Amino acid sequence: MPDVVIENVTKRFGKLVAVDGVSLHVRDKEYFALLGPSGCGKTTLLRLIAGLIQPDEGKIYIGNRLVNNVPPEDRDVGFVFQTFALFPHMNAWNNVTYGPRVKGFDMKKAGTIGHEVLEMVRLNERLDAFPNELSGGMMQRIAVARALAAGAKLLLLDEPLGQLDAKVRNDLRYEIRRMAKDLGLTAIHVTHDQAEAMAISDRIAVMKKGRIKQVGTPSELYMAPGNVFVANFIGESNFLEGYVANEGDKEMTIELRGGIQFGVTHDEARKGERVVLAIRPETFLVEKGTEKNKNSIAGVVERVTFEGTNIRYEIRLENQDLIVVVKPSMTGEWFSVEDKVTVSFPPEKAHVFEYPTTGLKEEIAVE
Amino acid sequence: MLKKKIIEALDAVSSKRTIKYAVYLIAIVLFFGLILLPPILGIAINWGAIKVVLDDASLKNRALSAITNSFTIALFVSAIDLIAGIPMAWLIARKKSRWLSILDTLSDIPFIVPTAVLGYSLLLFWNGPEGISMLFSGPLISEGWLLVILLHFTFSFPVVVRVIVGALLDYKREFENASRTLGAPPFTASRTVTFPIIKPSLIAAFILAFSRSLSETGATFIVAGTFFENGPVFLQNMKNAYLGVNNTIYYGATVFASFILIAVSVSIFIIIRAVGPRFKLPVRRIWPSFERKLSYSKAESSRNTVTLAIFLVIVLAPSLFVALPAFRAAFTSTLNESLQRVGIWGDYWQGLVLSYTLAAIVTVLNIIIGLPMAIAIARRKFGSSQSAILDILVNIPLVVPSIALGFSLGIFWKQTFAFIPDLLLLIFAHLTITYPYFVRSMSAAVERISMDMEEASRTLGAKPLGVFRTIVLPLTKYSILSGAILVFTRSVSETGATTAVTTTLRTVPVVLVNWIRPPLGQQPATLLQIGLGSGFLILFSFIILLALRLIVKGRGRY
Repeated sequence: MPDVVIENVTKRFGKLVAVDGVSLHVRDKEYFALLGPSGCGKTTLLRLIAGLIQPDEGKIYIGNRLVNNVPPEDRDVGFVFQTFALFPHMNAWNNVTYGPRVKGFDMKKAGTIGHEVLEMVRLNERLDAFPNELSGGMMQRIAVARALAAGAKLLLLDEPLGQLDAKVRNDLRYEIRRMAKDLGLTAIHVTHDQAEAMAISDRIAVMKKGRIKQVGTPSELYMAPGNVFVANFIGESNFLEGYVANEGDKEMTIELRGGIQFGVTHDEARKGERVVLAIRPETFLVEKGTEKNKNSIAGVVERVTFEGTNIRYEIRLENQDLIVVVKPSMTGEWFSVEDKVTVSFPPEKAHVFEYPTTGLKEEIAVE
Repeated sequence: MLKKKIIEALDAVSSKRTIKYAVYLIAIVLFFGLILLPPILGIAINWGAIKVVLDDASLKNRALSAITNSFTIALFVSAIDLIAGIPMAWLIARKKSRWLSILDTLSDIPFIVPTAVLGYSLLLFWNGPEGISMLFSGPLISEGWLLVILLHFTFSFPVVVRVIVGALLDYKREFENASRTLGAPPFTASRTVTFPIIKPSLIAAFILAFSRSLSETGATFIVAGTFFENGPVFLQNMKNAYLGVNNTIYYGATVFASFILIAVSVSIFIIIRAVGPRFKLPVRRIWPSFERKLSYSKAESSRNTVTLAIFLVIVLAPSLFVALPAFRAAFTSTLNESLQRVGIWGDYWQGLVLSYTLAAIVTVLNIIIGLPMAIAIARRKFGSSQSAILDILVNIPLVVPSIALGFSLGIFWKQTFAFIPDLLLLIFAHLTITYPYFVRSMSAAVERISMDMEEASRTLGAKPLGVFRTIVLPLTKYSILSGAILVFTRSVSETGATTAVTTTLRTVPVVLVNWIRPPLGQQPATLLQIGLGSGFLILFSFIILLALRLIVKGRGRY
């Protein structure tokens, strides 16, 4: 029932436009992530949905109800704060049952709900503990339990794992998703961690400077980024600048610096247009030696970094562009610094984007 | 070059453990020797004098009744201060409007107007023929307990508002937001979450209001009238009636009343400190529909209207009412007479110079001996429990009525060192009264500086004095300034202790009190003279406040 529809919402803080004409539809029971670098407006958008701040323009609907003028307590949302915001003067039990009590439930019902949600987060034995007696992970679980106990069908999570250790964070992110799915909730999860967003979300909206750059499933965003920012922010990409040298039926030829030509799957660009090729590091094929084939270019290995699962190579191409290539460490051939290699990629794996008017560096910048 | 060498030499010396601890130790010795022990010893060495009161049932009952009045009024006023101050602080801290910024500044006015002037202003407003009584057939409020309550409310209200506004601005709104998203309307969120979290500040505000009410002498003496006495007024009356006439009764009554006032107020302070943290605000019980009604539109606007009405009618208008005769006096010969020091004006200007000189000396002394003490408390230089005890002891002069403090301090020094000049006594008395204000505000400011910053500075090679010079001082300089202004204005306002320690030196509030309530055989000054005298004092206080605002404005939280 609680799908969330945002129509042309804008929020300004003085001269700063924090959210700039955003429109979005989060479906019922969907686990949705708002992903972007710090200061991109994702938390502001979440607070607008919760009613903690009011939009300057646009409309927000929760479950088909226009909520622009509805105060936060009447929006029926559960909000998990980055700092957890557990009430320091209340123990875990009073924190968790706060929602039912302020909503006027009788103590028995509030108690039943309290036990249920604490059971769900496996903290029933820490009822009497005050927030300062709990670990970060426990506080986080109490914060989620408290939001769930209020009975909301829409769960809003503002960087809920941001203050936790890496290991705890990894465990808890799946736990939160599982709970949301088990309870049939719609969840909107704000994070700046693309790995976290990819791991738990049904869909992701990538934001930059108050605007949404692309909405899609994790695989869509990774496999078919809609712009250079998403190509860079989701995963990692090598960007090679060039011109469209030729347009064919199925392929076009891109000429890179130094006159090197590559064939890529046909795209929207026209002959003579300045473009950027985005190629994922794992899509490159690397072979020892300098024997060139179609779509290949010679280079020299400049740096090798062993990362456990993968080995990361930095290769200086013959046109002086520097690319990053990632290969599984357990399979295939290993290369060493100063090895002469030939690099190639399948035409369909390169994404072609119009060269940004603001410049490539500015377009992919995260700050 | 020489300066650099001196700094380097001092830095090097400061890293010696013995030197470092000697500085803190000297601060503590000075605190005990100059501030804490003299008033206690003053009473102790004159303990025998109380026999005269114990043998005289009517004098004893009069003293006890006055002391009871003091505590009843202080408790009542502090409670009313909190009830009226919370919505006012909320309005200032939470609502966004240019008018509220003006309201914020206005709310400080009674705080900086010297209390003797405030007392006279209130007397004119509530009791004088040109005040609100104009609308009625006679004085609306006669001199006595009701006017004392109104007076104490007027001067303690801004202190309470200021403390709560500070707490609300420092408070993490996230807790309140969490409460709102869990279904609590604004009233419930503030009642169950915000106020329990800022409870320490509410307790601090209560203690400040309570102690100010207990301490105040000059203005209370002005509005109390002939028949009503609280502790300080009783002490003042005893002095006026018996000093030099029957010193046995004077000493006996003063030691008796001072002892009880000091003992009870310190006990109440310790009880509040001990019980306060355990005191639970009513959190558990929630009335959703009723509290929802209190949260919105009509209830909120009625609450704001009542709050503003109380502030304007009971606090602001009476505080500034004295400006009317001051303004009128400016167009008469009184202004010329005042500027040419004719008649009583010679005393006035002398008093003014003495007041501001004294305030300046006391401010400098506070910085010198208060700063190391504040750091010793904030950084627990002598261990956690010792610092906690020091923290409590430092606050004691705050809750002791200033006239009792001045009296006991005066007799200690005079009986121990008979040659001690009155000016030095006056400095000691003002230092004792203002010391807690400075040390409290400074220790809070030092505590706000993360230890990481000091440790980072040490690991980068700074010696202890270097850390103080380059980290602590820059980050707390505006708190030092605020604390200094607080000390300065409090010293300028002080009446009770001043009259208790000296009869030869008269500061400006003492001069004004004498103008309004002259000792036997002297004529009171005219309305225009008192008005103009008060007006000058308010003008100077405004200049100080303005200077503070301009200096501190936009300089960050430290």
